[in-house]
Amino acid sequence: MLAYILRRILQSVIVMLVVALVAFSLFRFVGDPVSTLVGQEVTIAERETLRDQLGLNDPFPMQFASFIARAAQADFGISYRLQQPVMELILARLPATLELALVSGLFAFFFGVTLGVYTALNRRGWTSSAIMTVSLIGVSLPTFLIGVLLIWVFAVELQWLPSFGRGEVVDLGWWRTGLLTPSGRASLVLPAITLGLYQLTLIMRLVRAEMLEVLRADYIKFARARGLSNRAVHFSHALKNTMVPVITITGLQLGSIIAFSIITETVFQWPGVGALFINSVRTVDVPVMAAYLMLIALIFVVINLIVDLLYFAIDPRLRIDRSAVRH
Amino acid sequence: MAGFDNREISMSVASHFFAPTRLRTASLMAGAALALVLSSVSVDAETLRWARVGDALTLDPHAQNEGPTHTLNHHIYETLVGRAIDGSLVPRLATDWYIDEADDTVWVFEIRQGVTFHEGQQLTAEDVAFSLDRARTTPSGMAALHAAVQEVTTDGDYTVRVRMAGPAPLYVQNLTNTFIMSREWAEQNAVETSQNFAAGEENYAVRNTNGTGPYRMVERDPEVRTVLRVFEDHWDDAPEVTEIIYTPITEAATRVAALLSGEVDLVQDVPVQDIARLEQTDGVRVVRGPENRNIFFSYDMTSEQLASASVDDNPFAKPEVREAMALAIDRDAIRQVVMRGESQPSAAPLPPFVNGWTEEMHAYGAPDQDRARALMAEAGYESGFSVDLHCPNDRYLNDEGICLALVGMLGQIGMDVNLVSQSRTLHFPLIENWETDFYLLGWGVPTFDSQYVFDFLVHSRGGAYGAFNGSRYSNPELDAKIEALATMTDLDARDALIAEIWDEVMEERIFLNVHNQVLAYAMRDGINLAVHPENQPRMTEVSFD
Amino acid sequence: MPRPGHSDAPSDQATAPQPSGTTQARPQDTLRRAWDSDLAYSFRTSPVALVSGVVALLIILAAVLAPWLAPQNPYSTRDLILMDGFTAPMQPSLLGNVYLLGTDDQGRDVLSAILYGARISLFVGFSAVLFAMVLGITLGLVAGYRGGWVDGLLMRIADVQLTFPSILLALLIFGIARGMIPPAYRETMAIWVLIVAIGLSDWVQYARVVRGATMVEKNKEYVQAARVIGVHPARILTRHILPNVMGPVLVIGTIGLALAIIAEATLSFLGVGVPPTTPSLGTLIRNGQSYLFSGEWWILAFPAAALLALALSVNLLGDWLRDALNPRLR
Repeated sequence: MLAYILRRILQSVIVMLVVALVAFSLFRFVGDPVSTLVGQEVTIAERETLRDQLGLNDPFPMQFASFIARAAQADFGISYRLQQPVMELILARLPATLELALVSGLFAFFFGVTLGVYTALNRRGWTSSAIMTVSLIGVSLPTFLIGVLLIWVFAVELQWLPSFGRGEVVDLGWWRTGLLTPSGRASLVLPAITLGLYQLTLIMRLVRAEMLEVLRADYIKFARARGLSNRAVHFSHALKNTMVPVITITGLQLGSIIAFSIITETVFQWPGVGALFINSVRTVDVPVMAAYLMLIALIFVVINLIVDLLYFAIDPRLRIDRSAVRH
Repeated sequence: MAGFDNREISMSVASHFFAPTRLRTASLMAGAALALVLSSVSVDAETLRWARVGDALTLDPHAQNEGPTHTLNHHIYETLVGRAIDGSLVPRLATDWYIDEADDTVWVFEIRQGVTFHEGQQLTAEDVAFSLDRARTTPSGMAALHAAVQEVTTDGDYTVRVRMAGPAPLYVQNLTNTFIMSREWAEQNAVETSQNFAAGEENYAVRNTNGTGPYRMVERDPEVRTVLRVFEDHWDDAPEVTEIIYTPITEAATRVAALLSGEVDLVQDVPVQDIARLEQTDGVRVVRGPENRNIFFSYDMTSEQLASASVDDNPFAKPEVREAMALAIDRDAIRQVVMRGESQPSAAPLPPFVNGWTEEMHAYGAPDQDRARALMAEAGYESGFSVDLHCPNDRYLNDEGICLALVGMLGQIGMDVNLVSQSRTLHFPLIENWETDFYLLGWGVPTFDSQYVFDFLVHSRGGAYGAFNGSRYSNPELDAKIEALATMTDLDARDALIAEIWDEVMEERIFLNVHNQVLAYAMRDGINLAVHPENQPRMTEVSFD
Repeated sequence: MPRPGHSDAPSDQATAPQPSGTTQARPQDTLRRAWDSDLAYSFRTSPVALVSGVVALLIILAAVLAPWLAPQNPYSTRDLILMDGFTAPMQPSLLGNVYLLGTDDQGRDVLSAILYGARISLFVGFSAVLFAMVLGITLGLVAGYRGGWVDGLLMRIADVQLTFPSILLALLIFGIARGMIPPAYRETMAIWVLIVAIGLSDWVQYARVVRGATMVEKNKEYVQAARVIGVHPARILTRHILPNVMGPVLVIGTIGLALAIIAEATLSFLGVGVPPTTPSLGTLIRNGQSYLFSGEWWILAFPAAALLALALSVNLLGDWLRDALNPRLR
């Protein structure tokens, strides 16, 4: 058990290092930060001096080594663009992204499960076909277009919901939340739908497939034979057994939601880390870009690690499976 | 362009050029009285929600020489002299400025009395001298504008003397974005120098402010929201807007949607395609005006060979080819379709209100493709040639669209242009490093004088000169003339020399100018605000119906 | 020398009686069998599958035949008339030209732009899926068949791959490629970079499915027997194991095609993608989005409708295929 955990943690560290290397090497190619840092009057010699000071002229391994050394202490330096410590910037924006990701994840989960169960139970009905078809629109149009169309309909034409930003926020210590004010909650609706639509389709399909499998299983047939009501069979037996993989997948998708929020956040001017990242890409704010990519990788690695360890603890069969694969 | 007479404005700039308008004491007192009245009724505060594409990079007054940063800082800090909508200089913290009669290398500034900082300090000559020194010391982003300064001294509490390396008749023009901060405050908070990127630490002045400006900063969340509230003890007339909520919105569609849905009151960066529609929308009005910025193409007209061309020689080195391109470009079509009528086509690579602009430079003929094709044949390119055109896609209004349009027009005369459009962070280094044969560039003239254009775009590269001279043009005779401009005190002779230099530049066709950029601000009905020529609107200028 | 009217040699041969008879019968047999197969039956009787199949086929055909169907070559800058820009559908332009679906900001005929754009989108989509499929199947077969450390290593790489969100991975690949490719070739290479970027973020699914199936199949008796008589592993893998996993691979591939087309559009929103002089469907939508509030609805609406029709029909086909290939759902 301990050996397994240690091995997984070591693997996670290697993953982080690879991500760091890939992310860091990218930054040498995205553009010249100096040209965005200084105005049009600055002479070429002065530009060169600044480039030197920023360490942009050092050899690649040296730059990378100093980057890793500082990253290990969560020190990503200072943003070229906003001139604030990068970690502080990211931590200030993280609550906005996490709230958005969580709400859209819950939205996707709730509607995904409901619609998935419905379409599984009424497999041949035309409403099911309609739901299956319509839900595919969510994955058949690019996210940015869905966001803009929602803004057009609900913010501009109907004026029901805000078109941008987070509304009024409340500070709870360092966590800035928009969930406690009406305008904050209203501001969440459109971005959460935009971001969650893709996951909703995914979860709905997964639930439907799992339900169809489970409904064919012998114990369900027995349950029916025992004279249990349809309702009891569907919800206490079938759905319960469907939930384990569904919750796992949803959990794993949370990292993906955070990553995809860069598009949603850009469209809705949502003040989260995704929008921060894209603005940093546009202005070649290397320290912020590096920190963001490391953060996303860390979130993924941690989620994966937790899921793996939970599986390991809960399901003894997996222990055999895993060791069978790896001997 | 309706309501805009180039000649009149350029005249008024000329007359204001060196003659500061003295502010009358009477109006100052009236202003103070009005401020008292307004502050007592500030219960029904007028809040203005203001959106534009990007945020100020920092609130440190000297760290960055960048438009959006200056725009926000102008509300919190003040400069010695200000720039009026027509481009003329107006007094701010300096009530008067002149070149010392005894020594023509010394500028004298009389500092306004009775000005207080937001935290209560009194403004004195000490603060001004400290601020000018801070601004001209690296790592300040403003240093280049003060390169000719040798020493700043005080003479009593309200006079500052600035000694220059030589006669510098235009120096005061460089001061419109150099903010004055409190020496005491800077020393208390250890911000005697501006942000140093290499140091890797945040400067206190990045998010904390103490200016003399009309607004105090109340809340600052970079790139999210900045709230400013009126400064009750400000020396000038109290503005009608008592609270400013400033929110950057990056996406054009979202920005327009926020105005249409009534979530913001003023949008500064309006996409040109939305102007006509916004004008027809109830409850929304659009104002427009020319920006101090020109959009032009230029090319390597000096090298033996081009890196990206399909021919062995350099076609751009041939005057016939440059003339053919000038005949192929249809500026009116670009204006009408790409810019939706929102530009001022011109052959002159400088805006009309800049000193040195003339009607003759501005004039452009109708495109003549037959003649252009004939010229191409004369130059030896009957079968045309291909070349890369580099273009930014996130810097100027419809920059990529302008390039695409030119690609089509040059295609008509046999030039097979391969468009490479990319982010400004990738585009500008190409020009600085001489890695492009053919490129689009926009240029603003913050000093409102042609010398600025010559220094950066025409003078051969070296030292402080020619940083954006991507044409590699090099003419020692012309260089000498450009250098002479800096120290000429006889303004008539200087203007004549400027005209002489322009004749040469236009004759050589170093630039293929497209147009002067026109800006549009969209706002809720009932708000009045004119377009600022440097795109730095002041909310103090806003009035409500 | 072929006589006039008989130049269509293959059809001549096909109709000519063949001496052996068996070679002629075989294609017909295959067709017959295909027509009678469960899959075909399911397709014929599913209205959703039929409709989406026809729609997808029509769009693909139209895209392939774009140079002959389109009224204009939207990529030839010489043919574009800037002054015709922003012409509404079926309305005469300033110069009196009429465009069925209107023109965009550059005077490009929207219909032609859609046809050519769909060509690029489909090319990117198919190539990315093919790339991901070949990579995923190869690695999956190797991992499943060899097992041991090879399997361990490949699956760890797959984990790392899954660690990274596809969209960020694509941005990374794009950035790195931009640094490595000399500026002169960047524009021409952009489309290949796009294909690699999208393909690379998608291979893991194929690899996992194929690896799982391979591990099951390799222990079956026929494979063991083949191994004993000395059949080359490559032959075993391609002849015996591969056909057994093609069902799920096809399902993933179909849905992957729709995903790749959407991914291309998303990347164009983020500013990486094909050059603006040769817009794909995604680039057209990104561009058209700027005209949502300005009244020129057709610049956005038609390309968006085309993309929706294409992606939706491919997705529906994928859905149908998954159900049809799942024997337990019959």
